[in-house]
Amino acid sequence: MGYPGRLIAVEGLDGSGKSTQIYLLKRWLQLQGLKVFFSEWNSSELVKSATSKGKKMELLTPSTFSLIHATDFADRYERQLLPLLKAGYIVLCDRYVFTAFARDVVRGCPLEWVRGIYDYACLPDLTFFFKAGLEVSLNRILDGRPQLKYFEAGMDLKLSSDPYESFRIFQGRILEQYLAMSTEFNFNVIDANQSIEPQQDIVRTLVSKKISLSKFRFVLK
Amino acid sequence: MKSSKISTAKIPPQTIQRNIVTPRRSKHRFYGHGLPGVDPDQLSGKLIVVEGADGSGRSTQIANLIEWLEATGHASIQVGLKRSSLVSEELNQAKKGNILSHTTLSLFYATDFVDQMENVILPSLKAGFMVLADRYIYTLMARDLVRGMDEKWLKNLYGMALKPDAVFYLNVSPENLVQRNFAKDYELDYWESGMDLGLSRDMFDSFLKYQGMVEEKFRSLQKTYKFTIVDGNRPPEKVNRELRKHIQSVVAGG
Repeated sequence: MGYPGRLIAVEGLDGSGKSTQIYLLKRWLQLQGLKVFFSEWNSSELVKSATSKGKKMELLTPSTFSLIHATDFADRYERQLLPLLKAGYIVLCDRYVFTAFARDVVRGCPLEWVRGIYDYACLPDLTFFFKAGLEVSLNRILDGRPQLKYFEAGMDLKLSSDPYESFRIFQGRILEQYLAMSTEFNFNVIDANQSIEPQQDIVRTLVSKKISLSKFRFVLK
Repeated sequence: MKSSKISTAKIPPQTIQRNIVTPRRSKHRFYGHGLPGVDPDQLSGKLIVVEGADGSGRSTQIANLIEWLEATGHASIQVGLKRSSLVSEELNQAKKGNILSHTTLSLFYATDFVDQMENVILPSLKAGFMVLADRYIYTLMARDLVRGMDEKWLKNLYGMALKPDAVFYLNVSPENLVQRNFAKDYELDYWESGMDLGLSRDMFDSFLKYQGMVEEKFRSLQKTYKFTIVDGNRPPEKVNRELRKHIQSVVAGG
């Protein structure tokens, strides 16, 4: 990557448990007194109002859906991720460019177009892919919320008028896309059907093997 | 339909447009990958773009062209940048605070552009309208290029734009632009002066420098996109006459 910092990304389907895992990783790193920054997909304040308006009113097409998420990413990347990597931080990302590569392509955007839009972004030092069975993901999503959201279920693709059926087909296609790029981008595939602790154990082991953590302590001169 | 029975007795015959020209259908295509789910063969209208800086006379020319097109029997519609219902509000807010980095602002504009492309431009073309675009991707590209963005990246991004039937660039010297902007508003616009680039702390100097840089980018884009450069330093009637002549031949399928 060429910057003093390190970039770690987690990817996976909705309900794969990746957010829990990256949260536990963040806590572990923070409690060691390391310079850590955490960033979430689709969280830039400025772009948020447009995104939520677009989603609520179902104004988004595959292209504008793709572009508005790319705008959100660019805002976070240029204002936070990149400067922090230059400043020697361990940057943790809950979803990264691969989310766009998978989702936008399933929505029908050309692969090269989507990849081209994100080509200024550096690739992570470590990418964890949490691979859960579709039923497991679906159950996890439904446990927390009573209903599936329109775009989350891929309802815009008119795969099925039943949100659950649509979600199943949509997530299945996204999973295919993820698996297809797994080798190309060196995903560390974690079996997300198992319980939280053994997964976190693998994550922490890999992180400490790949990154000399002691170099990322706060040193104030 | 009883249109043939409308009485025309009181109207002098010479003012009635009797020979309405049906536009020759042209093959449309996208610059690059295009938009998912759009078949360019279904677009029977014509897309005509007018580019140029603020004060180059774009709006005046477009208003005149629409009047003329409607008088000659063509349904017409005007589109422009930063008018989408999706992000135009947020875009204006962001520009006011000048808090966005280049890539972000660029993608925000692209989102606005595609939203209008999909919701206004393409449906209008499908319905056989003359679509007059007050600026198009070239302005967006020129602005970004001046700010150091990668040309290849921009070309990929705007590969989803439809190739217009005609593109006119109203070329006006920076000195004339200054005069026209002052005559209209008595002030120069922050962004049109390129003040975010730190070219000069003096707005007047910055405006001249920035407009010169944009013009240079337009000239280099012209080589790729082959638009027609129109001398906008002349009186508006003369410019309009030239534009009409070009558009007539576009309508005729030339």
